[in-house]
Parts: sequence; structure tokens; C-alpha cells
Amino acid sequence: MIQISNVSKHYGAFQVLTDCTTSVSKGEVIVVCGPSGSGKSTLIKCVNGLEPFQSGEIIVNGTSVGDPKTNLSKLRAHVGMVFQNFELFPHMSITENLTIAQTKVLGRGKEEAMDKGLKLLDRVGLKAHAHKFPGQLSGGQQQRVAIARALAMDPICMLFDEPTSALDPEMVNEVLDVMTELAREGMTMMCVTHEMGFAKRVANRVIFMDQGRIVEDDSKEAFFANPRSERAQQFLAKILHH
Amino acid sequence: MYEFDWSSIPGALPFLWEGMKISLEITLTAVVIGIVWGTLLAMMRLSSFRPLSWFAAGYVNLFRAVPLVMVLLWFFLIVPKFIEQLFGLPPGSDLRLTSAMIGFALFESAYYSEIIRAGIQSVPKGQMAACSALGMTYGQAMRLVILPQAFRNMVPLLLTQAIILFQDTSLVYVSALADFFGAAYKVGDRDGRLVEMLLFAGAVYFVICYTASQIVKRLQKKYHPA
Amino acid sequence: MSYQWNWGVFLQPSASGDDTYLGWMLAGFKMTIGLSLTAWVLALLLGALIGVLRTVPNRALAGFATGYVELFRNIPLLVQLFIWYFVLPELLPESLGNLYKQSNPLLQQFLASMICLALFTSARVAEQVRAGINSLPKGQKNAGLALGFTLPQTYRFVLLPMAFRLVVPPLTSEFLNIFKNSAVCSTIGLLELAAQGRQLVDYTAQPYESFIAVTLAYLLINVTVMFLMHRFERRIVVPGYIGGK
Repeated sequence: MIQISNVSKHYGAFQVLTDCTTSVSKGEVIVVCGPSGSGKSTLIKCVNGLEPFQSGEIIVNGTSVGDPKTNLSKLRAHVGMVFQNFELFPHMSITENLTIAQTKVLGRGKEEAMDKGLKLLDRVGLKAHAHKFPGQLSGGQQQRVAIARALAMDPICMLFDEPTSALDPEMVNEVLDVMTELAREGMTMMCVTHEMGFAKRVANRVIFMDQGRIVEDDSKEAFFANPRSERAQQFLAKILHH
Repeated sequence: MYEFDWSSIPGALPFLWEGMKISLEITLTAVVIGIVWGTLLAMMRLSSFRPLSWFAAGYVNLFRAVPLVMVLLWFFLIVPKFIEQLFGLPPGSDLRLTSAMIGFALFESAYYSEIIRAGIQSVPKGQMAACSALGMTYGQAMRLVILPQAFRNMVPLLLTQAIILFQDTSLVYVSALADFFGAAYKVGDRDGRLVEMLLFAGAVYFVICYTASQIVKRLQKKYHPA
Repeated sequence: MSYQWNWGVFLQPSASGDDTYLGWMLAGFKMTIGLSLTAWVLALLLGALIGVLRTVPNRALAGFATGYVELFRNIPLLVQLFIWYFVLPELLPESLGNLYKQSNPLLQQFLASMICLALFTSARVAEQVRAGINSLPKGQKNAGLALGFTLPQTYRFVLLPMAFRLVVPPLTSEFLNIFKNSAVCSTIGLLELAAQGRQLVDYTAQPYESFIAVTLAYLLINVTVMFLMHRFERRIVVPGYIGGK
């Protein structure tokens, strides 16, 4: 589904990604972790072309992301993404947030889009809030809406960029529950997150990044039982302490 | 097609320079008086003594509501008579420059006072509380702690306002003073080369103001990186 | 100093005979309003376009927009006005220039004033629009793109609606400025409010009444604009949105 081969990226002299190679197959759930500044968010943004990269290749569902001839908008319409800061559109009601891309990008009719949006809103447990605005919801609720918004586009895979790190601790689980359910239903997912409990529960593989490189890329059992690199061991020791 | 003839410019340069000196003189006076009087106005506006804050608010809002051209006309037409009578000067004394300077200074202080008020309010409230806790009087706190911090934050805005003011000095045209623009216009009119002189004046203003604003931008980056 | 106040002067027939001095003032008032409003509409459209161009990821377009803004911000309004009024007609192709020069002088003054105010103000509007767009969280643009919007769609549906809400308060002050700046057009003979005030001083020898009346007229414009813009701001408020990053 997603093929990342030898991807490198730099801002001027600063190397952000160095020779990253990995892949995500259909139905697989991959967790990407690593210390801040390790390039994990940049890598996931390369997958749908939000961040350009200088060398290497990324193929999503048979389409090359780095190819200048690729219609990125068309590709992105079928790759869902969830952001750290939710990024709901503050001037639109929840239902408008859920329907705008369906109608303007996919060309669905208003009613069809609304049905779909409300169904997904119900699925994330927020049907009662349909007519509110994003600013009137809690962070956890906003993030669930953001997930529903991405799902409304019938994505072939989902990218999560630290979906819980801007949330108050008591709201983390409501978002993780939605993600877990999604994983169990067989959605292909690539998640940048520090939530190791989530990784243990649903991930097929764990990727550990440091200083722009993929240091470990292993099954979750192998990763948690016996991380090979010292840096991954230190990282796990720190993060599992609390 | 229009045939350009720039030949009247070189000979006119000394006259234009005299004009530029007047523009700069007005700018400088208005900036200095504007900042001093503007600071006082800002402090009055923030004062808890109602009549003072009302006076300052009235002053600032009045001057900010009317066009500068009108204020200058008003000073040009009316104030000289007033000053003559006040100081017993012979009628017909040339008070145009003085009245223009006073007009600019009073007008610009309204704008400066708003910048300074915002600057004072940008200093965290806790600073004043800390001063009081140390036993300082209001005046000491303002002078030693609040204003120095406020001015540091405001420097770029004050300078930007000075650039705007420099551009605005061209409006003394209405009182027939030969500032830089007035001088350029007179030369152009005299030689029948208005097109060239106006374009030249525009170019000179552009070079000066653009350079100055780039310097302000540099300063801002240096002192407020973010 | 003994000054003879005479507020009745406004009702006296004017020097031209067919009107009162109050009529002169009203004519000036209408001119100021008409000129400022037309120029404002143009300035908003142009300013929005230039402001957006300053933020797009295209060097040439963004560079052009930056040049535009710098040009109109760093030359005094009066000089710009004189260039539009005295210089431009000379530089036009002869036939067009002559057509312009033979047209009604009032039309010439009005056109030059309107273009001048519109372009001068558009540069300031552009700066506010750019600041508004740049103050939105960067993730908003990414979120729009990630949903499959093209860049123009992202501007249209995501960035601009929010940016315009943020920009309304600073635009109010630009809106007020355009009325004040229109007084500069009295220098090319356009009979707007300030020019009529000056005429009144010359004709009536009642300078204080004239100036007070004109000042009050400007205050009235100011108060009205602020009232309307404040109501507008309340209408477009986004529920639950507190602003900032």
C-alpha cells in the first residue's frame, strides 16, 4: 500500500531525513516513534506530499508521490490524515467540517455527504454535537471529529501525526479507543505516536526513528521484547517509566 | 509619446536640498515633541484620575478622526494670527514653518500616544505589582521599570511612525512652504517640467523611505527574533 | 480678541447665489463619501488579491506582490496623487491622453483621486490580509491539502474565511483612514469636504464656524463607520473561537 524507498530530505544544510526505507501493507498498522526532532512527523507528511523530499521514492497505492506529474490533490483525497492540533476549520460547524471536502473534492451530493458525515459522527460518539462549532468542543471531541472527517472521504489508508499529544491526559483514551476500533476493522494505518500501550495493543510493526534515520523496523513483539539499538532501549526506558 | 527632459534637475539640486532640510526639520521636531507629549498623553489616558483620562481620550480621538490636511490648513490659516496677537509680533510675520511644526507635533502626538499606550500595556501587570511591593512610588515605577521596557518593545513602531510622518510632511504643500516636495513642484512648474520633477520626487521619497523601513525591519529582527 | 460668532452664516445664500453655504458643505460631504466608498471597494478587492499573492509558494507572484506593496507604501500619498493627476495623462498614448485631458475637469479630478486612494489603500489592505493569513496555524493549510483540496480551494474554503474574520478590526482602521486621506484630494481642486471648508473660510470670513462644522462632519463619519464595523464584527464572530495560535 505504502512503499517508502531511500527517502532523504534536507532544509538547507540541515538533514531531516536520511535514507528512510520501509513499507506498509494493506491492513497493517504501523506505529512510528522516536524522540522529538527525530523526523517522524516529517516522514509521515512526506507520505501524502505535504512535505517535499529531495531524493528517494514514495509509492502510495501505485502512485509516486514525488513525481511532479502526480495530481497530489487527487491522491490526498484518498489518504486520510489526522493532525496533532486537530485542524478542524473553526469557522464551519461540525457538519460543515464533515461534508465540505466530500462535496467540493469528491463531488458528492449534499444529502449523501450529510448522511455519511452524520453516520461517522455517530460512530465516534458525537452525534449530539453536530450543529456546534469546533471551538465549542473539548480537545478529545475535536480530534474524534477530525478522524470522522478523514474517514468520510473513504480513505484507502490513514495517517496519524501525534493525534493525542496535544490532548489533556483524561481525553487521550477516547481518541485511542476510536483508533483501536479502526485498526480492528482492518484499516491500513501509519501512526506517529508515543502511546506505547496503543502500539502493544494493535500495531503489527513498530518503527523507531532517531536523527532522521529509521533505526528499528520490527514486529511489535520483537521491538518491545528486545530492542536492538541502545537509543531505542533508552527511549523505551524513559517513556515506559510513566 | 512624451519626451523626457531631466536637465532641470541638476541645477535645482541645491534648492531641493534646502527643501529636504525643511522636511527633515519638521519630521524631527514632530517626532521629538510627538513622543514626549504622546508619552504624557498615554500616561494621562491610563491614569485612574478620570478628568485626565477623559481629556487625553478626547484629544487623541479628535486628532485621529480628522485629516492631517485639515489640521495643517487650520494651523496655516488661523494659528499665525493667534500667535501674532499672543506675542505681539508685527502682522504678516512668516510663521508658516512654526505653525506647520506645531500642527504636525500636536497631530502626531495623538498617534504616538496610542503606540506608547499599547507599549505600556504590553508590560506584564506583575511588573507594576513588583514595583509596589518594593516600595516604589507610581512615578518611580513608571520611570525606572515600566517605561524602559515599554519603549524597548515600541522602538520599531515608533520608527515606522517616523517614516510615515516624514512622508506626511509633503502635505505642508497646502501652506505653500518649500519643503522637499514643495521645492520640486515649484521647479517643475517654473521649468515646465512637472512630469520629470514629480517622478524624481517620488523616486527620492521611495529610496529614503524604503531604505529606512528595511533598517527598521533589521532592527526588529535583531531585537525581537521570533 | 473679540470674535463675532455667527452660526447663521450656513443658511446665508452662497457666493455662487444658487445655494446656501450649508449646501456647499453637504456637496463636499457627499463627494468625500462617494469618493471614499468607491475607492474602498476597489482597495478591498485589489488588496485581498495582492495580500493572498504575498503568501503563495511562488517566488515570482509573491515577489511581484511585495514590490507592489513597497512601492505604494514608500511614496507619500500627495506625491502619488500628483503623479496620477499630472504625470499619467502625459505618459498615456497621445489619443488616450488627449481624450482624458479634454474630459470634464471634475471627472479628471475624481478619477485621479479614486485610483490614487484605491491603490494607496490596497497596499495597506494587502499587508493586513497577509498578516491575517500568516497568523492562522500552519496546520490549517496542511489540513485543507490533506483532504484533497487544491491550493486555490484551500485558500477559498479554509484560509480566507478565517483570515477575513481576523482582519476585520485592522481593516476598520484602514476604512477610517481612506475617508481622512481623501482630504488630500483637495490639493488637486476636488471639492470634497476639506476643500469646501477652506472655501467657506475664504468666502464667509467665519473661519471658526467653518472649521468646527467640517471637523464635526469628519467625526460623524468616524463614529458611523466604527458603529457599523462593530456590528459587522459581531455578526461574523465564530462560536467558541478565542483566536490566536
